[in-house]
Amino acid sequence: MTVPGTDVRHHTLVVLVENKAGVLARVASLFARRGFNIFSLAVAPTEDERFSRITIVVDVASAPLEQITKQLYKLVNVVKISELDPRDSVERELMLVTVRADVTARSQVIELVNLFEGRVVDVGHDELTVSIDGEPDRLDDVEALLRPFGIVELQRTGRVALPKLEHDAPSLRPVRRSA
Amino acid sequence: MKIDGGRALIKALEMEGVETIFGLPGGAILPVYDPIIDSPIRHILVRHEQGAGHMAEGFAHVTGKPGVCMVTSGPAATNVVTPLCDAYMDSVPMVCITGQVPFSAIGTDAFQECDTIGITRSVTKHNELITEAQDIPLRVRQAFHLATTGRPGPVLLDVPKDIVDPKNPRSQLEWYWPTDDEVIASLPGYRPTTKGHPKMIRQAAELIVRAERPIIYAGGGILKARAAEALRELAELCDIHVVTTLMARGAFPDDHPLALGMPGMHGNYTAVTSMQRSDLLIALGTRFDDRVTGKVDAFAPEAKVIHVDIDPAELGKVRQPDVPIVGDCRLVIEELVAAVRDLLEGGATFPDRSEWKQRISGWQERYPLTYEQSEPGDPLKPQFVLERLRDNTPDDTIVVSGVGQHQMWTSQYWRFNHPYTWVNSGGLGTMGFAVPAAIGAKVGRPDRMVWAVDGDGCFQMTAQELVTAASERIPIKVAILNNAYLGMVRQWQEMFYDERYSEVYLSPDLPDYKLWAEAMGCVGMRVESPDEVDAAIQKANEIDDRPVVIDFRTDSREKVYPMVPAGMSNDDIVVDPAHGEGGR
Repeated sequence: MTVPGTDVRHHTLVVLVENKAGVLARVASLFARRGFNIFSLAVAPTEDERFSRITIVVDVASAPLEQITKQLYKLVNVVKISELDPRDSVERELMLVTVRADVTARSQVIELVNLFEGRVVDVGHDELTVSIDGEPDRLDDVEALLRPFGIVELQRTGRVALPKLEHDAPSLRPVRRSA
Repeated sequence: MKIDGGRALIKALEMEGVETIFGLPGGAILPVYDPIIDSPIRHILVRHEQGAGHMAEGFAHVTGKPGVCMVTSGPAATNVVTPLCDAYMDSVPMVCITGQVPFSAIGTDAFQECDTIGITRSVTKHNELITEAQDIPLRVRQAFHLATTGRPGPVLLDVPKDIVDPKNPRSQLEWYWPTDDEVIASLPGYRPTTKGHPKMIRQAAELIVRAERPIIYAGGGILKARAAEALRELAELCDIHVVTTLMARGAFPDDHPLALGMPGMHGNYTAVTSMQRSDLLIALGTRFDDRVTGKVDAFAPEAKVIHVDIDPAELGKVRQPDVPIVGDCRLVIEELVAAVRDLLEGGATFPDRSEWKQRISGWQERYPLTYEQSEPGDPLKPQFVLERLRDNTPDDTIVVSGVGQHQMWTSQYWRFNHPYTWVNSGGLGTMGFAVPAAIGAKVGRPDRMVWAVDGDGCFQMTAQELVTAASERIPIKVAILNNAYLGMVRQWQEMFYDERYSEVYLSPDLPDYKLWAEAMGCVGMRVESPDEVDAAIQKANEIDDRPVVIDFRTDSREKVYPMVPAGMSNDDIVVDPAHGEGGR
């Protein structure tokens, strides 16, 4: 099933790991070793300091999702994996972008940034650095709209996600450890 | 009790029941070697760290206990990468301890520093840099727990020098010994499933009871799970033939009427073809390796698959099972036996399988393993040497092989009637495995006769460990099938590269294996004609105070048959030309 605004090749895995040195390297080298592709990756400590949460968007064209999760579960430091369905989750990404904005273009850029509820975080002689967060697709739109002005530098964080708080059905689908 | 890290490490190994360490000291691991002098643990000083790793593997293969090796940092750590990878591929429980430069020097390119954790990450089940002396007892307990439970495998502990050196204040700790519960709680992400799902077991039992052409496809997991008896009970209860993969030889007795022997690229015709034609494959502790399946799309095309494995990632990795069961092979097979019994008691009966059995015995009669005896004056036939070795040694002899033609012939021609009598490098295919692994096996089972069957190419890779064996009085016996070639490569060049032999010739007498053996403190013999074979073997059997090496001069033209060419379907099996054309 194709979900509007999502790419079916990409799946989001939320991987709860022990918050220890080298765990990210283990996850990354597993992907390299098994030939799985990472589309984006974000990692940060969770509310419980013993654990970190890695949000990985994987390219399922490279390997079946089931094999990816099973191999991840074999890492001793991986505690829990959840697959987030884009329909049932809140996804956010942050983008910092420096745009060419000389006197003639500056107001247009600011107007555009305001439309997307972004903020100007740095002002240079003929450049602006703006910060915009939102759903990843929305950031794609901003990026496309800013490009004609001239993008000098651009950095995105990769997406983070949490399940939507629904009332009737559990939206966080745990990927079971066994088949 | 205050203790320093080096003493704590050795004490922790003692607490884990370790009786033997295979290793070689050096700068960074020195402080851990000092307390070994006062420890009851036997240390076997190897001549190359790769030997220590393979010895630990051989020990683990025959005892089921984790093999332990200990080496220093840098080049020593890189030298154990091959055995670690070998143990990882073949699920061998092993704990490897490496020295590391002091914690404060890590990352500075210090003398004999290397990124051991980074280098061994993908060839270990788990590895850990111990950063504080206080962690040592817990890390050791975790390592043995991880190595021996779930799917077994190698675990490496990297130990910086400062935390084990009594002269350094960082090495002081308060001794403790974690309980089982504390170890489990310290590994929140590690909970192997051992008990099979009852619903899946019921479904599997129903398939087994209905199947008309079932085959049990038994893998090395049977041996790891100590499930040989359970397997026999299942096979006999259901009257189903069993193939034993290269890693499972010995898991089901070859002299049993239901035994079909080894399947795969060099499996016998009946084992390969019965899987191809089966309607149900009961895959137990096995991973559908490419050397078994041949071309995956053409593998056992009519078969439904029951797949039992302790590692969930193996289920569906190669072939989608109809009934996947995650669990320990022994526990699951016992449950399966009970479930089948329930069905039979409830009135279910097996279909008439007499026609299937006739087809199997027909294949066995038409395509037995075969070779032609050598003409007088010609070199020995390797198969003949193996038959004589088999018939002149005790039934429970442990046989260890390297990798190549000699390995395949040994697996084919030996009769493995007991579990844990066959040790070889299956997944990684490590040439040079045999001599050190045989030493480790003999240390683990000193009561058994241990024969290494090696190729001349393999032997040259690790032969120096015979010095270890001679000085430690470990009386292994080595049969070199010396055909003066890298034989398996030669076979592929003959069959698939138009007989263009590129870089495979080694020479039969350079080195002189008899003299080399003698120089290493072994008894050396050379055998060139069939009538000398028995006497040489018997003489070797009688020597129990030092290693023996027999240089059997074998025929380089001999090829391993049958053979499924790489990437081809198992239906395209090439049998010995003496059989004429192969057929279905």
